[in-house]
Amino acid sequence: MPGPVHDELEAGAPLLDLLSGFIAELRRAGLPVSLTENLDAMEAVRHIPLEDREAFKYALAATLVKNHAHWRAFETVFEVYFSLRGPQWDMAADADQLPEGAEIDRIEPPDGGAEGERQGGMGEGLTAEELAKMLFKSLLRGDQAMMRAAARQAVRRYAGMEPGRPVGGTYYQYKVLRNLNLDEVLEQLMEHSREESPEPLTPLEERLERDEFEHRIEELRKEIEAEIRRRLVADRGVEAMAKTLRKPLPEDIDFMHASREEMAQLRKALQPLTRRLAVRLARKRRHGRKGALDFRNTVRHSLSYGGVPAEPKFKYPRPAKPEIFVIADISGSVAAFARFTLHLVYAISNQFSKVRSFVFIDGIDEVTRFFEGTDDIVEAIHRVNTEADVVWVDGHSDYGHAFEVFWNRWGKDIGPRTTVIILGDARNNYHASQSWVVKEMHKKARHVYWLNPEPRAYWDTGDSIVSEYATHTDGAFECRNLRQLERFVDHLV
Amino acid sequence: MSTTSPSDAPPVAEPRFESIPALRESLRQVDYLADEGIAGIVYLADRLGKPILVEGPAGTGKTQLAKSVAEVLGARLIRLQCYEGLDEAKALYEWNYKKQLLRIQASRAQEEGGGGWDDISEDIFSDEFLLERPLLAAIRAEDPVVLLIDEVDRVEVETEALLLEVLSDYQVSVPELGTVRARQIPMVFLTSNNTRELSEALKRRCLYLHVDYPDMEREKEIVLTKVPGITESLADQIARVVRSIRQLELKKAPSVSETIDWARTLVLLGVEHIDAATASDTVNILLKYQSDITKALKEFGDDKAEFAKADGAAGG
Repeated sequence: MPGPVHDELEAGAPLLDLLSGFIAELRRAGLPVSLTENLDAMEAVRHIPLEDREAFKYALAATLVKNHAHWRAFETVFEVYFSLRGPQWDMAADADQLPEGAEIDRIEPPDGGAEGERQGGMGEGLTAEELAKMLFKSLLRGDQAMMRAAARQAVRRYAGMEPGRPVGGTYYQYKVLRNLNLDEVLEQLMEHSREESPEPLTPLEERLERDEFEHRIEELRKEIEAEIRRRLVADRGVEAMAKTLRKPLPEDIDFMHASREEMAQLRKALQPLTRRLAVRLARKRRHGRKGALDFRNTVRHSLSYGGVPAEPKFKYPRPAKPEIFVIADISGSVAAFARFTLHLVYAISNQFSKVRSFVFIDGIDEVTRFFEGTDDIVEAIHRVNTEADVVWVDGHSDYGHAFEVFWNRWGKDIGPRTTVIILGDARNNYHASQSWVVKEMHKKARHVYWLNPEPRAYWDTGDSIVSEYATHTDGAFECRNLRQLERFVDHLV
Repeated sequence: MSTTSPSDAPPVAEPRFESIPALRESLRQVDYLADEGIAGIVYLADRLGKPILVEGPAGTGKTQLAKSVAEVLGARLIRLQCYEGLDEAKALYEWNYKKQLLRIQASRAQEEGGGGWDDISEDIFSDEFLLERPLLAAIRAEDPVVLLIDEVDRVEVETEALLLEVLSDYQVSVPELGTVRARQIPMVFLTSNNTRELSEALKRRCLYLHVDYPDMEREKEIVLTKVPGITESLADQIARVVRSIRQLELKKAPSVSETIDWARTLVLLGVEHIDAATASDTVNILLKYQSDITKALKEFGDDKAEFAKADGAAGG
């Protein structure tokens, strides 16, 4: 069907309203949507057949989201906004009817909201065994429609959703997943393929099978999530749900309070970031001011002007690469932050002449050795966390003691080209601060910086003594998310 | 030469593609398997008359997309390869100084002191002495063209500004000639490997398309189309192995072109069924870093990892 320009009357005003609400929510979620882009989106959807939900989604994404890291946030908002609004949106999701031959669809016609009453309560449609069987079969065949049906049934049966109850989607999701016990299902599936195969599976085949099933289970999980979201939206309305589901963009995720899923996102965001930083830093170095006059070169080139030095040549600027000492607190509360910063610093370590790293809790240990001779930073950081000798007495942060030991053992290595970066929240458990160490470092080193993953408002509250240290540094920075960390590294070079 | 005249507004383009499925089908015919997102956005770019900014990991067919669209349209592909230090003279236009000089000398010789500067300057800043660079060429083209601005993230932020006039108004200002407007709005593709953040101004003018590694089904189809003589079952295995490898945390995940290379190799070797031994013998086609190779071999439960490591060390 050729996508005609839609008549304003047909889908005009309500669609525009809907889009405005949608875009407003995107902005609230932190996506930078400009006015032009807003207009583009409105223009774009006029060219797209409205009943094609996927095309509609891509049209909006292409005009509104110009950064791939923001895609997830966009998708969440999209799902919330267009899961129920107007029949034409919902049709697409429901149109994929259950497969033929699956008895379930006759028991439960898949229609939006009213099924509960007709069936006289939740979970009467299928017994637990039937559901488990259906789930197993759908995963084994990789049958999308059947998976969706199974997800629907599972949510109906296990989530125990009560209208109006202000509980987030994750709670329901957790309940459903716990009941389904997908890990066990995976093992069953593997067992099944082992039996099916005429010969024993080689490790490679086994691995491939497992990846395939894991992939399908992941899809099922997404279906469950979508189903729960649909129901929540139906119950509580779009705006309320959009607000509860709003997630920070990867660069805004707080290091200290990241969930496991957010951690995974952060790690994913870290790689392009390091690449970008490395390119930018290398470029910056190459393009600085010009160096001193290169006399020899100027004279050599003057020959073509008959000995007149018409074209002065300058030496290629070679600013010295800084030498970096990272001293990181890796006690529980700030461990994630230390991990990320170490990862980032080592990922761009060729921008520095040397990187040495030290970690502490109440004892301190040099961990440079874990990073030497390996390309695998993740592995190295894992070893730092498990093998470094950082506990002295009780494993509670003691900045004072750690600094004192550092000064005695490695203080002499700090020279005029060294930049020292200290990572931590300076929550010292009321031990002695020994801030003279930082002062001494500052005298010898080129720069000393302090990065604190806590919001500035919390500094110096309770047992935090960051200001006492910060007075002796070149600057203490709040560093709660990737955005701030990136800005600091940029500043560093 | 189309110098400005106010009525000469950018012409309203005839839609090039009838519908998204039709576009997808025509792309398939030139061996480019577009997913729904890709086809949808190309379609939209045509309707809205906007450039497409294509981003994504290396080797996912960003440049190929532009080439394939050109092929579908039967249009000429004009390519501007970006690099650090690209300037106006290389991207837009340049005056042919040598020819201009010769012209001046020739006219002097002819008229022996006669003929004012005015005549000559009229003359030497004319079309004849203009060297078209890709952007101007695309704007002035009479025949259908597709403009590909490749790896736009390599130019400096300042140079990006050069592109803005072309991308938003489809015109180029040449001080001596006036403003040159496009006869037709060409399809424009910009590709970026995301080594730096592009400026807001540039992004705002474009539709954004992120091309990621294809999912397993699509990759299998790609292998089937691109590698002659491959069996379906082998293509399927290849796609599965590659998907599993991409899930590892690697320095550089295998690109689509590497997948295709690998498939070709396996066909040449006459492999019907991928087992651990074949996989580890040929994995260096997919992965280019020794640490990645070691990791992949370790992950796939292959006791030949040690052997392959020694092999790799000996090889390079």
